[in-house]
Parts: sequence; C-alpha cells; structure tokens
Amino acid sequence: MNTTLLEPREETGRNYLNADYSIRSWLLTTDHKRIAILYLVAITFLFFVGGAFAGLMRLNLLTPQGALVSAETYNKLFTMHGLIMIFFFLIPSIPAVLGNFLVPMMIGARDVAFPRLNLLSWYLFITGSLLAMVSALSGGVDTGWTFYTPYSTTYSNSYVVTMAAGVFITGFSSILTGMNFIVTIHTMRAPGLTWFRLPLFLWSLYATSAIFILGTPVIAISLLLLGLERIFGVGIFNPKLGGDPLLFQHLFWFYSHPAVYVMILPGMGVISEVVPCFARKRIFGYNFVAFSSVAIALIGFLVWGHHMFVSGQSIYAGMVFSFLSFLVAVPSAIKAFNWTATLYKGAITYHTPMLYALGFLGLFTIGGLTGLFLATLAVDVHVHDTYFVIAHFHYIMVGGAVMAFLGGIHFWWPKISGRLYPEAWARLSAVVIFLGFNLTFFPQFILGYLGMPRRYHSYPPEFQVLHVMSTAGSSILGVGYLIPLVYLLWSLRYGQAAGPNPWGAKGLEWQTPSPPPTENFERTPVVTEEAYAYTGEELSAGL
Amino acid sequence: MQSGLPLFPERASTIGASVDQLYFFLLAVAGVFATLIFASVFYLAIRYRRRPANLRAEQIPGSLVLELTWSLVPLGLMMVMFFWGASLYFRQARPPDGAAEIYVVGKQWMWKLQHPEGPREINELHVPLGRPIRLIMASEDVIHSFYIPAFRIKQDVVPGRFTSEWFQATKPGRYHLFCAQYCGTNHAQMNGWVYVMQPADYENWLSGGAPGESMPAAGERLFQRLGCSTCHRPDGAGRGPSLEGVFGKPVLLQGGAKVLADEAYIRESILNPDAKIVAGYQAIMPTFQGQISEEGLLQIIAYIKSLKRGTQP
Repeated sequence: MNTTLLEPREETGRNYLNADYSIRSWLLTTDHKRIAILYLVAITFLFFVGGAFAGLMRLNLLTPQGALVSAETYNKLFTMHGLIMIFFFLIPSIPAVLGNFLVPMMIGARDVAFPRLNLLSWYLFITGSLLAMVSALSGGVDTGWTFYTPYSTTYSNSYVVTMAAGVFITGFSSILTGMNFIVTIHTMRAPGLTWFRLPLFLWSLYATSAIFILGTPVIAISLLLLGLERIFGVGIFNPKLGGDPLLFQHLFWFYSHPAVYVMILPGMGVISEVVPCFARKRIFGYNFVAFSSVAIALIGFLVWGHHMFVSGQSIYAGMVFSFLSFLVAVPSAIKAFNWTATLYKGAITYHTPMLYALGFLGLFTIGGLTGLFLATLAVDVHVHDTYFVIAHFHYIMVGGAVMAFLGGIHFWWPKISGRLYPEAWARLSAVVIFLGFNLTFFPQFILGYLGMPRRYHSYPPEFQVLHVMSTAGSSILGVGYLIPLVYLLWSLRYGQAAGPNPWGAKGLEWQTPSPPPTENFERTPVVTEEAYAYTGEELSAGL
Repeated sequence: MQSGLPLFPERASTIGASVDQLYFFLLAVAGVFATLIFASVFYLAIRYRRRPANLRAEQIPGSLVLELTWSLVPLGLMMVMFFWGASLYFRQARPPDGAAEIYVVGKQWMWKLQHPEGPREINELHVPLGRPIRLIMASEDVIHSFYIPAFRIKQDVVPGRFTSEWFQATKPGRYHLFCAQYCGTNHAQMNGWVYVMQPADYENWLSGGAPGESMPAAGERLFQRLGCSTCHRPDGAGRGPSLEGVFGKPVLLQGGAKVLADEAYIRESILNPDAKIVAGYQAIMPTFQGQISEEGLLQIIAYIKSLKRGTQP
C-alpha cells in the first residue's frame, strides 16, 4: 500500500494559498486559482441572499391570503430571487469557480490564456453584483427576472434600470470568461493531451463558453433597448410607442434559453468526472457524452420560442419550436443513459461527491422528463406560467445544477483547500438536501397541473395543503445548504490534510500537490493515456 | 369547491378531455423511463458496490448499439408526443365555424368582458353549456393571460393586438379564471370565475339585469361620433371604401395584394391606416391611435361585423 497517498500530511512548501497573505495579493491576483476563490466567496454570499428571498416567499405562501408580506414586496422577492440566482449565482457558479480553478489544471497549464482579463472579468462581475445589490437595497425590482415589456419599460415603478445595468455589466464577465476558456483549451493543452483525451468537464465548459460568447451579446442588446425605451421613451417594445412587446420576448429568450444550458452543461461536466472516479471506470461512451454537449449547445440556440407557445406568436412557429425542443432532449437523454451504464461492472464507493452525482442523475431525469410535457404544445398551453414550470426548472437548476455544483465543490475541495471535509456531515447534508428538495418541488408539479399560476402572492384555498408541503420542504432544504457552509469553513482550519489525490482520481489536476503551487505543475506534464484510465486498483483515503 | 389534497383538476371543456389523455400518455412514458433509470441506478449501485469480492472494476468502453438504441427509441416516442401535441394545439387555435364571440379587455388588474348582446361583466364570465365560444381579447396596458384551468386553455392578452382562444364547456358549474402572465402589483388579484350555465338559463341571464346597449349598437354610435361614416359610406362613393359585408372577406389592396378582413386587419386600419391601402382609394385616413379605447375598438369591430350588404344607414 502506498502510504504517502493516504497519510495526512502537513502542508509543505509554498502553494497558491500561502504564497502571500496580503489583501492586495488577493485583489490584484492573476492566478486563476485565486480568482476562482474570489468568485466562490462572491457567489456563495449571493446564493444565500437569493435563498433568503426564496425562504420569505415560501413563508408568505403558507396561507392563501399571503399574510406575511405585501403583494408588492412578494413581487420584488420573486424577481430578486430569480435575478440573483440566475445571473449572479447559477451562470457563474461552475464555470467561474470550478472552471477557473480546473481548466488550466486539467490541461497541464500554468494559468488561463489571459490571466489579467480573467481578473477583469471578476471585477465586472462584482460591479454588476453591486449594482444588483444597490437596486435591491434602494427598493428592488418587481418585473420578474424576465423583464417582460411593456411592464418593465413603462409600467413598473421600481429600480429596473439599475438592475438591468447590473445584469448587462455581468454579461461581459461571462463573455471574457468564455473567451478565456476557449483560447486556453485550444492553445495550452499539455503534450499528448488530444481533444479526445480531454476530461469531459472541459468539453462541457467548451460548449458553455461558446454559448457565453454567442448568446450573451444578445441579452446585452435586449437590456440596452429596454433601457432606451424606459429612459428616453424610444418606441421599441411598447405598442403605444409603436413597438412590439413580443420582440422583447424573442430577444430575451434567444439568450435566456441557451443560458439554461449554460447552467446545466457545466453540471453535466462535473457528473462526468465524479461518476467514473467513484465507479473506478472509464466513462461509458466517451464520444457520445462529449458530442452531446456540443449538440446541446448548438440545438439550444434554436428552441427559444418554446417559452412563447401562448404568447401570440404564430402557431406554425410554435410547431417548429416544439419539434426542435424534442430534438434537444435527445443528447440529454444520451448523457443520463451513459452515466447509468458507467456504473455497470464498476467498483463503486459512496463518498459525498458520488451521492450528489446520483442525486443529480435522479433529479435531472425528473426535470428532463417533465420538460417533455412542456415541449408538447397542447399540454404546455395548460401548464405554461403555472407551478409546473417552476417545478420543472428547479429540478434542472437546483436538482441538476446546484447538486452538481455542490458535488463538484466536495470533489475538488481537497484540491482547492488542501483539506478533507468531514465525510459524515457531508453525506448527511447531501441526503437532507435531496429530501428537502423533493418535498419542496414535487408538490409544485401537482399544483401546476391543478392550474396554480406562478408569481401569485395569494391563491385559492384549495391549493394550501400542497403549498404547506412545499414550504416545509424549503425549510429542510435551507438547513441542508447551511450545513456544508459550516463544515467546509471548519475544514479549512481543522480538516485533515488531503494529500495530492485523496480519491485516487485520474486527471492532471490530481498529479500535483494540494493545494497546488502557484505555477500548478513543477514540470509540464506529458499525457500518455485516455481520460478516466481507471484500472480499479487506485487507492483512496478512507476506503 | 375542492379541499384537502387535490391531485387532479376539474375538467369542463371538450378540449380538456383530449389534453388530459395526452397528459396521461406523457405521464406513462415519463413513468416508464424514470422507473427504468432509477431501477437501473439502484440495482447497479448495490450490485457493483466496492466490497472485498468486487475490488476491481471491469473496463467497458461503450457500445454503439446501446447508444443508438437509447437515442432512437426516445426520439421515436418524442415524435409521437410532438405530433399529438401539435395536432391538438392546432385544434385549440382554430375555433369551429359559428362560435359565439365574447370580447375581453384586460387591464391592471381586472378583466372586462362584454357579450355582443350588450351585457358587460367584470372578473366574471357567464357562458352557455355546449356552445363553442370564441374570446377576442385585447389589453389596455401590459401583457396579461386569460387562463381557465378547468378548460385547459390559456392565451396571452397582448397590448397592441388581438389574440383569441376558444372553448366549449361540457359541465355546468363555477370555474377559476386566472391571469397567468405576471402583470404587476395585484397580478394575483386579477382573477375571477367562469359560470357555465344551461343554455336556457344563459338566455335568461342575458336578457335579465340592466338592459344595456348591444355591442354593434354601441359601435355604431362610435362610428358616427368619430366621423367614420362621412367617408365610409355604404354605397362606396365616399372617400373610403364601403364597409358593408367586408368582414371575413378578402380585400384587394393597392399593388394587388389581398388581405383577409379579420379583427387584426380592421384594428390596424383604424390605428395605422396607411399600413394597407384598399385598391382604388387614397391614403388620406387619419390615425385614431389614442382617440379610441380597446373596448371602443371591439365595439366598432362588432358593428362592422354586423354590417351585411344594405344594412348600413
């Protein structure tokens, strides 16, 4: 037995964390790993802010009258919840934190291609987030995260422009990050690391980056036009000024549907790393999983109209968008089947990241299958803008993306921090999150088919029981999210030293000390084997 | 009203039964696939857990046959969903001939409805059982959405244009009416009830209450007051074309194109007269944008619909 792998060691030598402790060294860092940490701190804060908004909403919905907050406040709560969670948590979560940390490490590079642009993108993100916070603190926004016109341009008396400016600026951070990843993956791969030897996480991030670059400018344009109409009264979307309200929906969803894949594709990448590692198997159907990411990114640009089946768009357009939406489901199904097949004849262990991965698989399956209901035109007419939609996209965004993010954080935490997290607590919180999540969102499918519209501050009394179940679930979910916050911070000081490769995982990032030195690798590694070349005999801590 | 833990909504329209059938088909397919994946994951996760008898994984790169199977089988099922859903959607979009029309105007935060015979309602809609009803809908301000869960129908009501939806009620009773598109502070209050009545009761309801002016009559008054009648004379000798018998017919435009004279065309011709000029006439009509409310527009349209040949005074 190779004891050096297993025995906790004191950190020896310099690494990216202890290289310099000054605040200045953090705020002016161009080290991709430190920038990842900066993002992690920012988005963790924003996640709990967005979560608090959701908690207040769920409490308000305990009673049909919505007795806790006023209608106006409730509308601001769901708007801010959506905006913060989507633009300031989910979109940057895996790409900006795990992506920044791992892209150079997984390809054996010293940093990303443009380290200073990378730092700039963090500052753009922070500027956007601050504007969002200013908008929230000065009174909030009540348009819904979708900013539908002409409500947002003419009728809303809230801080729409400040918020839109925040989202606009944050978009540039996405574009820069996407560009950085694409150039890095193209030009800085270690010798021997061919495209088909890349970890699938990188295929996912590559597809995500393409969406960042092609899609984000469109949301920027939409928000700019929205600002023009709201501030200067230029008639673009408001029919009273000669505009067309559906034009905004087309522009908005042209970005915001692909943005859904921005949120889920990186999560799929994480799962493609975690499942092979803990099953000790090469992933089943590497090429299919890789190309399905590309297919999702491509077809994902052609399905935006499925948000508009009852908007008044042509029924023939609706038909085409329905057809394409079914097509985009195929590559997702391929991934789910391949992850399942990877378990076959494995030697599986159930550390926390694997629990999250299996949780992801289950919840993503439900989220994906209920997506078929929404792609089916006549059924969508009934469930559109109801809780069915809320449930569906939370199964994808929270059951999928957030579970994958947490799985990824746990998987790479030893690498990032050099410490092991407490396994028992972590397993417990994974189970709590899984149960709390299902209790929160499963009743919402039923509510939706019953006809409960979304964005309602109050509701008919017959829906109360299901709402109470959902609120009860959300409090469990909230506790589930707080536990990792506590023990991960705890582990920074008290956790066991992890050693370079506590999971016995393949991949270049595991061939360097934890935490890695600033330059990542002492010598540029040379790759001689496929990704996930597990033999089944790798050792890992605590097995 | 239902209480306790409802699991399935009431159903009271012809289309509702078809939508529910499709929904059950989807539930069945989703159930089979979810079970397949969950059962496989559970079985494999337990069977191949790492234990002294299973320390080594066996490497399997993949299988083209399997990949094709689990791509094409779901794709085939999805095509069934697609065609089924689309054909029903087309049925939902196309009202049967002879559907009775009721006019709907959404505004923050109420629904204003008017029956052609005259009665107006707010946040309530009375309809007869068994007769197809087509709603012609407009918004005075932001986007709303007219949603009746028991009928399984929903359609956004968009400012600047008409949208429509139709239903045929199958069960007398009282059903929820919701605004489904977020429209501002009191969005959740923008709801009401649909009352499905026996046809005889409905006739009583129509003729009872405060006797109101019928929609065509109100439209005619507007038509005179706004001065439309000075140009749009019945004999076609005015500066504008005659509107008698125009509705629902193709109109020949300058340049030879043809357009169907439907609600959208008449709306456009009143608010943006230069957009489409009838062949043989000049572009001299002023716009009435800002001078006529959504309800007024609907009344004028009801009036124009009522103009058969030789009826315009």
